[in-house]
Amino acid sequence: MKLELSVNGRVHHAEVSPWRRLLDVLREDLALTGTKEGCGEGECGACTVLLDGEPVNSCLVTASQCQGRELLTVEGLAAERDGQELLHAVQRQLVACGGAQCGICTPGIAVCAKYVVDRGALAGVSDDAARAQVRELLAGNICRCTGYQLIVEAVVAAAREVAPDAPTAPTGGGPR
Amino acid sequence: MADPSPAPRIGASLPRVDGVAKVTGRARYLDDLPAPGAWYGATVRSTVAHGVLEAIELGDGVDWTQVAVVTAEDIAAHGGHNLIHLIEDDQPALVAIGATVRHVDEAIALVAAPTRELALAAARAVRPRIRPLPPVFTVEDALAAEVRLHGEDNVFKAFLIRKGHADDAALEAALASAHQVIEGRYYTSPQEQMYIEPQAMMASWQDGRCHVVGSMQCPYYVHKAMKALLGCADDGVVITQSVTGGGFGGKEEYPSMLAAHVALLARKAGRAVKIVYDREEDIAATTKRHPAWIHHRLGVDADGELVAIDVDVIMDGGAYLTLSPVVLSRGVLHAAGPYRCPVVRIRGRVVATNHPPHGAFRGFGAPQTTFAYERQLQKLALARGEDPLALRKRLALRSGDTTATGQELTFSVGTDEVLAAIERVAGPSPEPRGTSPHGAPLRRGRGVCFYFHGAGFTGSGEQRLAGRAQVAVIAGDDAHPARFEVRSSSTDIGQGAITMFTQIAAASLEVPASAVQVIEPTTSAVPDSGPTVASRTCMVVGGVVERACRALRARLLAWAEAQPAWKGQPLVEIAAAMARAERGELAETVQYDPPPGIRWDDATYTGSAYPVFGWAACLVDVAVDLDSYEVTVLRCVQAIDVGKAINPVIVRGQIEGGTLQALGWALLENVLYKDGKVANATMTNCIVPTFADAPELETILVEVPYPYGPSGAKGVGEIPMDGPAAAVANAVEDALGCSFDALPISPEAVAGALGERTRSQP
Repeated sequence: MKLELSVNGRVHHAEVSPWRRLLDVLREDLALTGTKEGCGEGECGACTVLLDGEPVNSCLVTASQCQGRELLTVEGLAAERDGQELLHAVQRQLVACGGAQCGICTPGIAVCAKYVVDRGALAGVSDDAARAQVRELLAGNICRCTGYQLIVEAVVAAAREVAPDAPTAPTGGGPR
Repeated sequence: MADPSPAPRIGASLPRVDGVAKVTGRARYLDDLPAPGAWYGATVRSTVAHGVLEAIELGDGVDWTQVAVVTAEDIAAHGGHNLIHLIEDDQPALVAIGATVRHVDEAIALVAAPTRELALAAARAVRPRIRPLPPVFTVEDALAAEVRLHGEDNVFKAFLIRKGHADDAALEAALASAHQVIEGRYYTSPQEQMYIEPQAMMASWQDGRCHVVGSMQCPYYVHKAMKALLGCADDGVVITQSVTGGGFGGKEEYPSMLAAHVALLARKAGRAVKIVYDREEDIAATTKRHPAWIHHRLGVDADGELVAIDVDVIMDGGAYLTLSPVVLSRGVLHAAGPYRCPVVRIRGRVVATNHPPHGAFRGFGAPQTTFAYERQLQKLALARGEDPLALRKRLALRSGDTTATGQELTFSVGTDEVLAAIERVAGPSPEPRGTSPHGAPLRRGRGVCFYFHGAGFTGSGEQRLAGRAQVAVIAGDDAHPARFEVRSSSTDIGQGAITMFTQIAAASLEVPASAVQVIEPTTSAVPDSGPTVASRTCMVVGGVVERACRALRARLLAWAEAQPAWKGQPLVEIAAAMARAERGELAETVQYDPPPGIRWDDATYTGSAYPVFGWAACLVDVAVDLDSYEVTVLRCVQAIDVGKAINPVIVRGQIEGGTLQALGWALLENVLYKDGKVANATMTNCIVPTFADAPELETILVEVPYPYGPSGAKGVGEIPMDGPAAAVANAVEDALGCSFDALPISPEAVAGALGERTRSQP
């Protein structure tokens, strides 16, 4: 099939089998290798991307399901300002708090955490409740290095940066 | 212009040097590296646990002219040797026709093709014909030796440690004289490392040299294995570590196998070949933690002092020897625990079976024996009606005491500090009874444990390894500023070696971190620092890096002293100037220098088993749901004596990661074998803890400096894995009043234990 999809704000075209995994389209056809494969069966979450703003395991999504849709991958998390890379708050905090060790799960966790944080899901709740929520919301992403504690702290810190005060309404989708 | 920022401090957390590359997805793991023209490899594996390979047939439906096929014959045809060199050269790279297949999923042939699909189809079309032999799947059958897999008795290795007694009769007499003997039998389950990046490797041949790049812990292990396999000289093969997505021991020995496979395929195909295992193949074919059966007797006198300890450890080594003797060694050396006792006997055996080989995993034998001795201490506390923490405090080793091997502890013994830290934060035990949010009755309990872990290689291992590291001056040019290059074969597998070395080098050179670059470990460019294992990277190799940097700094300052133009200038400027003025490379290479007084006797297993020990105490609170029989960890505190936390955030990350692997091993992880094959070889059923399974982890860093470590640091990577499983079992026992002596403590195990109790108390 002739696939057209927008990745990180840029439209791509590819001639692919409709059954091709989105993960392979990204990594092999578009050379976006930031998205990782850890299990190929939707358990580990290393291949998490946002499809029309919602997190999906790209190993379980076929090319045909992505026709004309918008994707956000780890490569699209950071912004650019004056030629300088501006990391997203979750990326900055993952580095600052020590939430990335071997780093292979990190792209998936960063993408999922961005989804959680940008929706304002943790705004206005106590730190204890926020940590508990992060544990539920990120339960689809497995990390074997950290014991999760420093990732949880990083995501809560990022949430405080992005939405320091009152809860904001869910944005409903669309990568920002 | 030199970076004006100050040198990083030891004890401050320099952000991870590779952090930004990892959070942006720019870090390139093996499967992310550009590989134009590379073919994909796949492995043909045995479906039989034990048998004789009679033939290898190429089936229909594949255009074999498009596929490279490698069998054992290709190895000898090029003057190589069909073996994976490690301790004993008993494991072939590929089973040869006429030779014995020893486990399910053993490699028999290799294929490579231009596409992954064709490679996989070709692998499926290769049919090994195997005449089955009777297999051995239990340690009892192995020890009965009716089927012989190794030598006369199927024992790969046996150890005996004796302290304070001459023979078995004297040991029995000591136990017979005891006021009370606590006896227990324990089982610990196999465990999958479950690094999130599966094993991955690529090879190519250029100018007759083999280049291998991949995910690994120990480039020089792979280098040595490849030299033996290919029958080539040191410079005939170059090994490079790519960014590695976790190891935990699982990438200690197995990468030598995978490197052999891609190298053979690349030679046959005449182009680069890569193999990236899928998860199922990785779980099924690579090494796991050794399952262990431990019989433990603990004798105490009327005052509750230990008078004799007797431990018998049996491990299932699997089909080949791999690292089993060393794993067992560490297991027996920790088996008596960090407790004072005049009479100790420890016996250990690791046996051959037809399971895939068990191998290195964080803790390396110590978690198994720690589980047993800390259950024993708990039973002693219960039997005496003594507070579990107070009992441990009373019996624990301190400076001046001797271990089971007669090693006198003289420095860096953190016993009192870690126990005090746990006491300080313990607070009241959880309410014993409650109700879950779903209305189920709950029972809650608390468990503690106290444990130690020897840092660095066992016995005289570090002297034998003589690890080296180098620090060199790169003068720089218009495009690249001058810098110091740290060269070692220690790999960063996520534990933070690059950052740690950057911090140690910058602090000891007294230069900004930006002036230091830790280069990628490639065997043609870095000296052999020894393997990245045994909690030795920071303590041993970090110490060598520190000494090299100090020597280099002294040399640079001495040179500048005589150069009026450079005196008082930033060190990196001095270094660049001196490098330009001198011919040849300006570098310092330093070799590991063992601390004084290390004496070890391999024949009697006595003396200094380790240069130093880490010390730890753990507290766990649990809730058991009486409807679902699920155990939830409510709280887990680890207080660990690390000597000195060079980078506290990284050290915390190490401790918390190891702690959760231990909690997973205690409660939910397991590897199930059916007819010798891993029956749960997917992440769906070979489960590890998720965010939602993990409790909030509390970590207390205790620092009792090790005088011979860099800034006082000692090993930290493995110790957190050893203790928590026993603390969990002790807590579940406290909650339910019945004993849990086998792992994992799954809902089925809880149901079984409660059912047993109901039946025995009508």
